[in-house]
Amino acid sequence: MATVRFEKAQRWYPGADEPAVPGIDLEIGDGEFMVLVGPSGCGKSTTLRMLAGLEEVNSGHIYIGDRDVTHIPPKDRDIAMVFQNYALYPHMSVADNMGFALKMAKVPKDEQRKRVEEAARILGLTEYLDRKPKALSGGQRQRVAMGRAIVRSPQVFCMDEPLSNLDAKMRVQTRTDIAKLQADLGVTTVYVTHDQVEAMTMGDRVAVMSKGYLQQVDTPLRLYDKPINLFVAGFIGSPQMNLMEGVARDGKVQLGNYAVPVDPTAAKKMNGNVTVGVRPENWRLLSEQDGEGFPIRVTVVEQLGADNYVYGTSDVEGTPSTVIIRMSGRAVAQKGETLRVTTDPEHVHVFDTDTGERLSD
Amino acid sequence: MSKMRDGRERSWFSIVTMTVLCLLWSIPTIGLLVTSFRTRDDVLTSGWWSALFNPFGAGWTWDNYDQVLTGSLDMGGAFINTIVVSVPATIIPILLATFAAYAFTFMEFRGKDIIFIAIVAVMVVPIQVAFSPLLDLLGPRGLGINGQFIAVWILHTGFGMPLAVYTIRNYMSTLPKSVIESAKIDGATHFQTFWKLIVPMSVPVLAAFAILQFLWTWNDLLIAKLFLQNENTTVIVKLQQLLGTQGQGAELLTAGAFISMLLPLIVFFAMQRFFVRGLTGGAVKG
Repeated sequence: MATVRFEKAQRWYPGADEPAVPGIDLEIGDGEFMVLVGPSGCGKSTTLRMLAGLEEVNSGHIYIGDRDVTHIPPKDRDIAMVFQNYALYPHMSVADNMGFALKMAKVPKDEQRKRVEEAARILGLTEYLDRKPKALSGGQRQRVAMGRAIVRSPQVFCMDEPLSNLDAKMRVQTRTDIAKLQADLGVTTVYVTHDQVEAMTMGDRVAVMSKGYLQQVDTPLRLYDKPINLFVAGFIGSPQMNLMEGVARDGKVQLGNYAVPVDPTAAKKMNGNVTVGVRPENWRLLSEQDGEGFPIRVTVVEQLGADNYVYGTSDVEGTPSTVIIRMSGRAVAQKGETLRVTTDPEHVHVFDTDTGERLSD
Repeated sequence: MSKMRDGRERSWFSIVTMTVLCLLWSIPTIGLLVTSFRTRDDVLTSGWWSALFNPFGAGWTWDNYDQVLTGSLDMGGAFINTIVVSVPATIIPILLATFAAYAFTFMEFRGKDIIFIAIVAVMVVPIQVAFSPLLDLLGPRGLGINGQFIAVWILHTGFGMPLAVYTIRNYMSTLPKSVIESAKIDGATHFQTFWKLIVPMSVPVLAAFAILQFLWTWNDLLIAKLFLQNENTTVIVKLQQLLGTQGQGAELLTAGAFISMLLPLIVFFAMQRFFVRGLTGGAVKG
């Protein structure tokens, strides 16, 4: 077990116009579950592969514990990796797949068998040890890939979207399995995903990346409550946060005729064009007679039972084509109806439209 | 009407077409087989099909086989010689080409693309134009190994390699990259990755190429005729010698051809089971 530290680690693919990862600084604590999340092409996988030693580090350093591993080959880094497509050895049995690394490391045979059997027990693979990967289901193959990582008892687990090839139900189940396993083993884990729900539910901390740069590294709740910029605000949360462009005026943000109340910090800092963000659950419905608030014409109502998500449009310029409102599952909203909504200052995120910076506290 | 194994209806059209095509393709071989059992006089006076229409009136004979096997030509020795030529001439190029294909697929080195293009490019050099300089090189003025098996092994290896490297590399590049990366993390050296992972996963292409190369070297006339001597020459060269300049001995040729086909057939049926598709099944996702 160990900490992981990236120091200005850069990866520049030969022949590319700009670096895939221009220089990342990130510290991961001992035993921490760190999730790297971002849209495709944001450099999250490259970052993980630099840690694993599969990508060259062009400049900067990577430390595992106190050891500088920047130029050490993968096998000497004491890491294990779980690949998106599992990368099992097709002609070997499950037991041989899991024991391959130990065999390469010339661990004694009986010790090999003991560790493979222990890992198989943890993952519920004992009865499949003699099978070939071909004869396993997707979920079982995923567990074999996990088992291959576990038997090595490495200092760091690297996981590259290990759930994206599973069907939706298996994914949710395996998600909790992996999180629990990681907590039990206490091995420092770096986990890459493009799915923000996975990031939020699994990570001790989440690093949001975009275009090669770290945007924000924080606990899931802090990311949700205090997104540091427009990108994080839009990326974290499902359904998405409503981001609406308005103009700062008299300590409020004007969206057409609706003045959005904001917190005092933002009120002091904001100036000119700003973007306000309101999460779907933070809208309050006003009665129609008031004639106040933000008018939204309902276009679609999604009834999920516990909640209703209302998708609507507003005619105000700068607002997105759909505004999303979460309502109670039993609330009634009709298509075509106009709802008037408002929100509270503590739930409004204010961002500078030009720089994308957060202005609220 | 019964269904096919995949559940579709049987189609009479495809069954008839297939039968006709099979017959068409088999006719030369059937003709050869029939002729090999006929006497020289019969062959000269009537077509081989007439023997089929009148099987009891025709004069069947084992003489051709008898003469080929026990005659002065020493066909048995030639058979052994051909095996001695073909087996190393199949194994050596495949072994070397597999090493090369691995390097071309999974390793990074300077000039990789240029070397690969060069290897593919030499495939267009016709084997015949290279004979004169090679005879010189391997002959008494050069290495002095002309007439020995090793000369033929080297030639078959050299001429077989480009295509082997090309096809095997193309196959290897379809193997999942992450498996190799996984092996890297697991601590396997290149050598271990090659023998324990890549070779087992490449069996279909290796078997396919082995069959091709074996048939090529087994049936080769040119190289064997030019680079071997009468004492250690192959079946095909012997067959060619059976045929006199006036066409005498044609009936022996048919029997000899059938004998020479035996081993390739055995090899083909033995290797056939390695042509399993989806050998990498289960390696990646599902």
